[in-house]
Amino acid sequence: MGLELSSHLHPVGSFDLSDHPVPTGREEVWRFTPLKRLRGLHDGAALGGTGVGAEYDGPDGVAVEPLAAGSAELGSSGFVPTDRVSARVWHEAGQRYAVTVPADTELDAPAVLTLTGKSVDDATATHAVITIGAHSRATVVVRFEGSATLADVVEIVVGDGAQLTYVTVQDWADDAVHHSTQHAKVGRDASLKHVAVTFGGDLVRHDTTATYDGPGGSIEMLGLYFADEGQHIEHRLFVDHTAPKTKSHVVYKGALQGQGAHTVWIGNVLIRKEAEGIETYEENRNLVLTDGCQADSVPNLEIETGEIEGAGHASATARFDDEQLFYLRSRGVSEKEARRLVVHGFFNDLIRKIAVPELEESLTATVETELAKNVLKELS
Amino acid sequence: MSTLEIKDLAVSVKTDDGDKQILKGVTLTIKAGETHAIMGPNGSGKSTLAYSVAGHPKYDITGGSVTLDGEDVLAMSVDERARAGLFLAMQYPVEVPGVSVSNFLRTAKTALDGEAPKLRTWVKDVNKALEDLNLDPSFGTRSVNEGFSGGEKKRHEIAQLELLDPKVAVLDETDSGLDIDALKVVSDGVNRFRAKDGKGVLLITHYTRILRYIEPDFVHVFVDGRVAESGGPELAEELEANGYDKYLRAAV
Ligand SMILES: Nc1ncnc2c1ncn2[C@@H]1O[C@H](COP(=O)(O)OP(=O)(O)O)[C@@H](O)[C@H]1O
Ligand SMILES: [Mg+2]
Repeated sequence: MGLELSSHLHPVGSFDLSDHPVPTGREEVWRFTPLKRLRGLHDGAALGGTGVGAEYDGPDGVAVEPLAAGSAELGSSGFVPTDRVSARVWHEAGQRYAVTVPADTELDAPAVLTLTGKSVDDATATHAVITIGAHSRATVVVRFEGSATLADVVEIVVGDGAQLTYVTVQDWADDAVHHSTQHAKVGRDASLKHVAVTFGGDLVRHDTTATYDGPGGSIEMLGLYFADEGQHIEHRLFVDHTAPKTKSHVVYKGALQGQGAHTVWIGNVLIRKEAEGIETYEENRNLVLTDGCQADSVPNLEIETGEIEGAGHASATARFDDEQLFYLRSRGVSEKEARRLVVHGFFNDLIRKIAVPELEESLTATVETELAKNVLKELS
Repeated sequence: MSTLEIKDLAVSVKTDDGDKQILKGVTLTIKAGETHAIMGPNGSGKSTLAYSVAGHPKYDITGGSVTLDGEDVLAMSVDERARAGLFLAMQYPVEVPGVSVSNFLRTAKTALDGEAPKLRTWVKDVNKALEDLNLDPSFGTRSVNEGFSGGEKKRHEIAQLELLDPKVAVLDETDSGLDIDALKVVSDGVNRFRAKDGKGVLLITHYTRILRYIEPDFVHVFVDGRVAESGGPELAEELEANGYDKYLRAAV
């Protein structure tokens, strides 16, 4: 029958699928998403597919193992479905697995999981639980490639005093549909750097929520996306300051090019009554490269206590700066190359912030490939 | 040997109250090896002249011609003009966030030469050009003009002039906002460029101060979108003594 919400920043979850009616598109949380292109993930499409193959490569000290339905790990982040897609994943996921780093462990290399879609026909659901034990340090990278119709839930549990850099790279083929629900719980004095890089896919929607399990926790969310012709890329972020003296810092940057390129960024931050002394900042910048694109950007801050250190947000959508292009071109650089440089520059500081040395090169290469494919394409 | 020929150039900009004529017929010929100073009060159209020659899209050419060695400059795109041998040191250099100076310079050099510069000599050349302009080598890793002081931006323009080595350089108030030491450093850079064979310079300035360091062959007084008077270096001395009053009164 649907759940009673006092505001969409106070969602009430339920494991009961009947509490989650099929969305119509008029709901606040669905109003930007082209439901028709979700291939029934939000409705009744069978999710039992095995269309996504997984490959793991990582250092010793990480356990990657399947989980049975009903395992205690599932839900250990405090995740409770607040929408129909994730509720369906909860019940119907064909693959459930855990990635676990024990306490007091420092990984000497990133743990990399590569998920490769084989076909869009076989809708697939996966549920992963990533747990970093207390005082451990780890980098976990999940890469998505190929063609798929995928709904997933990723739970992230960062133990007290632990540090996790979690990177999710959506380098999908053009026809992929990916609905991802990510929920993180960050322990006392722990820190999570959550990085989302999205290039490919016909429709990619991420609902990423983070909460704190004690005071002193810190969350950084960095995002980089590039939407070209006809692509819909949506990031819905929600940092729920549930504990005092916690921090959140969100920076998402996107570029759009081509007819029908659509990006959506929703940056929700809730500062609860008990969250005294917190600090939050969120920022979204979009660079629109051609006509026919749409960048929706909605920062949203709800404050229930006045006792905070700081709270701010910024959102800006800009076109190419003609003066920058003129300056570069006046030095002999062609228009296309000048555009490529400006976009490269737009993303560059963010790539530096991601600061995963093993990843920087491949990330830069992916960005450059995307730029070459799009910005260097003959401009009509 | 190259010649930049500006003939009867008329330029307007679009404003909220319609088109506004700024250049009202400018004629100037800068031959190889010559330095021409253009001096004029603020708002007389000096930057408009510089930008129009470089091809800034804001300015509409309503009459006249610009040629470089007989080639129609006005028919060229902005980057084609640079590749033909024109360089504009801007009055207000533009910040390009996230693009490092060294990446920018290498990209520009590659575009101008049609091939990437040889890595080893290029790095040396860049460091020397920066050093010559009193810029620390660390500028190479900084974003183009971002967070540069006014003087650093101007010195960076002249470092580019030396590295990119055009045929004709237009310097738009490169001297403004520089203290005396920076002015000397910048003038030395321009003079090194001038000392090379066959280079033309169009030096735009508001003050006579820089002409003590860069001695022009010709001086043109620029008032209300036109050259009001042309002469030799002595004209600058006269301006120093009497200012623009005489010309401004004549223009009204
Ligand atoms: N976009 C514009 N709209 C209106 N007036 C302009 C615009 N751009 C330049 N002008 C005017 O053109 C004149 C010449 O400007 P400029 O070429 O910058 O002069 P200078 O460089 O000699 O100081 C000035 O009066 C200036 O206000
Ligand atoms: Mg000027």
